[in-house]
Amino acid sequence: MTWVTKNRTTLILLAVVAVLAYVFYIVANDIAPSMFVAAWGYAIPLVLASLVGVIGERSGVVNIGIEGQMLIAAFAGFFAAAYSGSILVGVLAGVGSGLIAGGFLAWTSVRWRMDQIIAGVVLNIVATGITSFYYTPGQLLPGVIPNLDIPLLQDIPLVGEVFFSGRSWIASFAIIAAVGVHLLLFHTRWGLRTRAVGEYPSAADTAGVNVERLRLVNVTLAGSLAGLAGVYLSMDASSTFERGMTAGRGFLALAIMIMGAWRPLRAFAMALFFGFINAVASQLQQSGLGVEGEPSNILEWILDALTSPQILATLPYVAVLVVLGLAAGRVRAPGAVGQPYVKGDQ
Amino acid sequence: MSDPTPTGGTPEVEGTPHPRGHGDTSPDRLERIATTDAARELPPERSGFGEGVIGEVLLDIQHLSKSFGSVHANRDITLNVHRGEIVALLGENGAGKSTLVNQIFGLIAPDTGTVSVKGDSTPIKDPKDAINRGIGMVHQHFQLVPVMTVAENLMLGHETTKGGIVLDIEGARRMVRELSERHGLTVDPDVEVDDLPVGTQQRVEILKALSRRVDLLILDEPTAVLTPQETDELLGVMKELAASGTSIVFITHKLREVLAVSDRVYVLRQGAVVGEVATKDTDATGLATMMVGREVVLSIDKEAATPKEVVLSIQDLQVKDDRDLTAVDGFSLDVRAGEIVGVAGVEGNGQRELVEALAGMRKVVSGQMTLGDLDLTKANPHQTHHAGVGHIPENREKHGLVSAYSIADNLVLNEFDQEPYAKNGVRQFSAVRENAETLRDEFDIRSSSVMQSAGSLSGGNKQKVVVAREMSFEPKLLMAAQPTRGVDVGSIEFIHRRIVDARDRGAAVLLVSAELDEILSLSDRIAVVHGGKVVAEMDGKDADRTEIGRLMAGDH
Amino acid sequence: MSDTTTEKAAPPPAGEEPPEEQQSRGGALAYLIAHQSAVVIVVALVIALLIGAVLIRAQGVNPWYAYETLIQEALFYPGAFTRTLQKTAPLVLTGLAVVLPLRVGLFNIGGQGQFAMGAAMGAWVAYLAGGAGFLGAVLGMVAGIVFGGLVGLLVGVLKAYRGVHEVISTIMLNYIVAGVTFWLVVGPLQAERSKTSGIPQTEPIPESARLGAVAGIPIGFVIAVALAVLCWWMLARTTMGFRFNTVGANKSAAGYAGVSINRIVILSLVFGAGLAGLGGALEAEGTLHRFEPAIVGTLGFDGITIALLARANPLATIPAAFLVGVLRTGAAGLQFSTGIAPEIVDLLLAIILLMVSIPVLGKWIFRSRADKVSVASTSWGS
Repeated sequence: MTWVTKNRTTLILLAVVAVLAYVFYIVANDIAPSMFVAAWGYAIPLVLASLVGVIGERSGVVNIGIEGQMLIAAFAGFFAAAYSGSILVGVLAGVGSGLIAGGFLAWTSVRWRMDQIIAGVVLNIVATGITSFYYTPGQLLPGVIPNLDIPLLQDIPLVGEVFFSGRSWIASFAIIAAVGVHLLLFHTRWGLRTRAVGEYPSAADTAGVNVERLRLVNVTLAGSLAGLAGVYLSMDASSTFERGMTAGRGFLALAIMIMGAWRPLRAFAMALFFGFINAVASQLQQSGLGVEGEPSNILEWILDALTSPQILATLPYVAVLVVLGLAAGRVRAPGAVGQPYVKGDQ
Repeated sequence: MSDPTPTGGTPEVEGTPHPRGHGDTSPDRLERIATTDAARELPPERSGFGEGVIGEVLLDIQHLSKSFGSVHANRDITLNVHRGEIVALLGENGAGKSTLVNQIFGLIAPDTGTVSVKGDSTPIKDPKDAINRGIGMVHQHFQLVPVMTVAENLMLGHETTKGGIVLDIEGARRMVRELSERHGLTVDPDVEVDDLPVGTQQRVEILKALSRRVDLLILDEPTAVLTPQETDELLGVMKELAASGTSIVFITHKLREVLAVSDRVYVLRQGAVVGEVATKDTDATGLATMMVGREVVLSIDKEAATPKEVVLSIQDLQVKDDRDLTAVDGFSLDVRAGEIVGVAGVEGNGQRELVEALAGMRKVVSGQMTLGDLDLTKANPHQTHHAGVGHIPENREKHGLVSAYSIADNLVLNEFDQEPYAKNGVRQFSAVRENAETLRDEFDIRSSSVMQSAGSLSGGNKQKVVVAREMSFEPKLLMAAQPTRGVDVGSIEFIHRRIVDARDRGAAVLLVSAELDEILSLSDRIAVVHGGKVVAEMDGKDADRTEIGRLMAGDH
Repeated sequence: MSDTTTEKAAPPPAGEEPPEEQQSRGGALAYLIAHQSAVVIVVALVIALLIGAVLIRAQGVNPWYAYETLIQEALFYPGAFTRTLQKTAPLVLTGLAVVLPLRVGLFNIGGQGQFAMGAAMGAWVAYLAGGAGFLGAVLGMVAGIVFGGLVGLLVGVLKAYRGVHEVISTIMLNYIVAGVTFWLVVGPLQAERSKTSGIPQTEPIPESARLGAVAGIPIGFVIAVALAVLCWWMLARTTMGFRFNTVGANKSAAGYAGVSINRIVILSLVFGAGLAGLGGALEAEGTLHRFEPAIVGTLGFDGITIALLARANPLATIPAAFLVGVLRTGAAGLQFSTGIAPEIVDLLLAIILLMVSIPVLGKWIFRSRADKVSVASTSWGS
């Protein structure tokens, strides 16, 4: 019972959201299901990418290069699959390149003490350079990533339809990963040490924890999640690679991490929220609202702007600014994030 | 310097008995406790076994040296610690004590020399290695994760788990309670560390070290943040630990503590051991002389104060701390021109927030501060400075200096946009340089050039830069917070003298310090602070150390 | 950094205590080490070009021929030099757009959006005011600065008063501005001709309000260089520059010293974004003579590379931008002669940036101790 009272705000919020979603489902029966499905589809790579950020920052390392990690993985996965004729090879290549990119970030930030934000930006630029130059059009995937319809769960009304059927196993993995990282972070020895290293590394050091090694391992391994997110983009959500196809998702993931207060499950919820906003924007674009003919006064111009496809497409990005602006000062980053650890620095 | 005369109530100083050990120095026992062949074969003077000798040599350091670039932090140090002994490492700030113990704990590696633990001279790789070999350390700046609970902090690094992976918090709680009982240091396992008062955090830090198997416990300046009563409590704990077989090495610059509990003292000066003596064979003056290398004047000479009009008037001030809790809670005080008012108190009772509010660096919730006719309550640092407030900040690295800047730029840090250092927004470098040269001579700042980066100076010289800057514009009010923390004795004397000079030239001086001796030595009037308010005011001449200690602890 | 350049510390005289541990968190501004980093940059460039050569060879092309063609196309063919300078001008400005906030410890990676905003509004105002000749061009430039600066103002306010990290807000604004300017150019600002041709663009700027070249040197380039010098002077010699540098070196000490941190944060972002906006306006007036969404190209992102190559030194943005300008201008001709895609420049620049940024290169060359070598440290959690 005490668990319930301790988490009552979360439970109340969840209840409110559940009720709202159900009402929406009933009221707008024709578009609601497809919107929820689209929302989850948009959210999947964001969930994975935000977990990369959470793991890194909880360890004390800023990762601005998630965008680059995803892009390289999308590229590597797609082309490896296309040239080798095997989807599995593609997935492995994608995840592997995420790991390598993570290792690069880890080594330069932790071992060489490079400024972490600059390291991330450099990674992004390198990723763009490589993928832009080596891109060859006209390649095709040899197959698809298999779907995973989960037997019992898929029959739950609404939730089952959205989350547990009609999706590849990457989608299911994203859910497991979110829950898994939460459990690992707050209920295991690894999690305690990681959080200590991110908050006050010298306390961990003097307790016998190897701070550098833990940070190196965490940031590198977290790269595999970014790799998977990239693979999802080019091999699941779509079956192609385009230059710059990550389109800012890596940065969105950082915003989600912040809004989720560096907690995996809240980040999951935030990713869903953004997925939903995106779905709303698409829906509005399709519904063909707008001003008839040429707008004649300022008010009509504004209305025309707000209903135009170009402006509607910016809705998720505006939402980020609004939510971050409101969340100001209410969330607290891990104490030592962004600072390289120097021994004897007490 | 500290007052060595024990007043009633402090632990006995006379004739500290021979170091306590297990007493059994027979070869059988040696056989049982030696960990390596080398240890078994040690000669009696080294192993401590044989007739009439004390006990096992726990720590044996031979010819240890460590340099950082061109700075020799430790020079050819040789010392040892026996089982059950309390050994004090005495020395002024910068003498190399912390560097030495950091090497014992595996945080730094020595350049030359050996550190042997129970006869094993394998180099100590890292803290984990040190802990495994039975060394524990209580650090000067607590190594606790603020947002984690006591239980979580205590189990960090040797977590109690179910199945090796899942955390067993209940097990950790049990461990905390057991340790609390055993050593008489009560703490609540489920409280977040940053919600604890400083004295309790100290207890947690100690328990953390004791939660492992410890043969040798190192304490680095353990009483820095304690009231005199808490200090005595701690010294008592130390003696009990020694009596039960745990050796103790403790670092301090306070003579009275050395004389109170230690069996032997090593005195360090400029990185080398300049004296080793059994505590019963020496006294405060002897120790002080060894520490500094010359006759030390233990208190400063000053004329009586002639205070004039009230310069600073604080009324009922309320200020919040970084965690939005009330830190200054109804503080009222007046400071007159030509007097030094010392604010005595244990750190964490609102002093830092008070000074920051006075400087304009922190918002005031309610109450008033006036400087003469000027209302300072809503002023920012720019305004307070130009109103004539000089501020020597508690944390010189963070607030007082920009390490990357030259000494010259640091000397005009809050006047950079004023004539003659700038005209119409354009900086005038020759004026800046001239000012720096003058101040360097006047304040004896040891550096090869005023263009040198401030970060490369020693602690004492850095502080002199700050002091020079804040005194050179003849402030009406000079606020000095912990002005001699981390500063060598020579610079301490210099800074104290300059503070008295400022007073004699008519400034009102507000001195905030956790060093009771400094307060007693300099202040014309003393205000004791506890819980964010003034609990007692008295004349400097009438001040009684024990009385103040009681007040600092909240006993009023 | 002020001109009172700091010298290396002499060892403390005998009898002194050792220096204290420096808390150089967030304070390692490596442009201090002027002569050292010049050598590092040159070595890095050489290594990068060698790696590039290997990659070009892998495409089946002789790398030396490729490099030679690049340089010929960029500098020696008729009109090439002017074209290269034309390309360099906006790059200097987008580079400065990153440098100025970087000196305060902020990372402005929104050059794309700020540039686009300035280009769109600058083109439109120049078109409207075109009748007034050169004055029209000037007004266009002012519009570019103002509207670019407004974007920066939003970023600054969100950072100073709401704690929104500028890395995130600037990227979001890139996408928002892209959407807004695109809508503008198919909506209110659309050219008549564009409505039929289907290519989104604004009305062309009248001849008299365009920026040309004088003796082969584009006016835009002169303006850009002048601004780079102005930025350098501001940072090195003025009290405002001292404020910028102090906030970047030690925020807490800046507060203690009476500097209004919020004001400096906002100013640096407004100035930086304004410079990017000016770059956009110059590009619209000088090169394209109108606004269309593609005008931005890679100019905003290249600014980040340039700022990092220039180690946050405003004067160094000029040669860095020139390097990028040469590569970008030469790339088109390179494709024509060798078939190598112009994206090779993205790859080459990425490798150059990588080599320049990795601290180990500097350590390896000078065998100095591992110090935190960074261009400027930026703040994430604060």
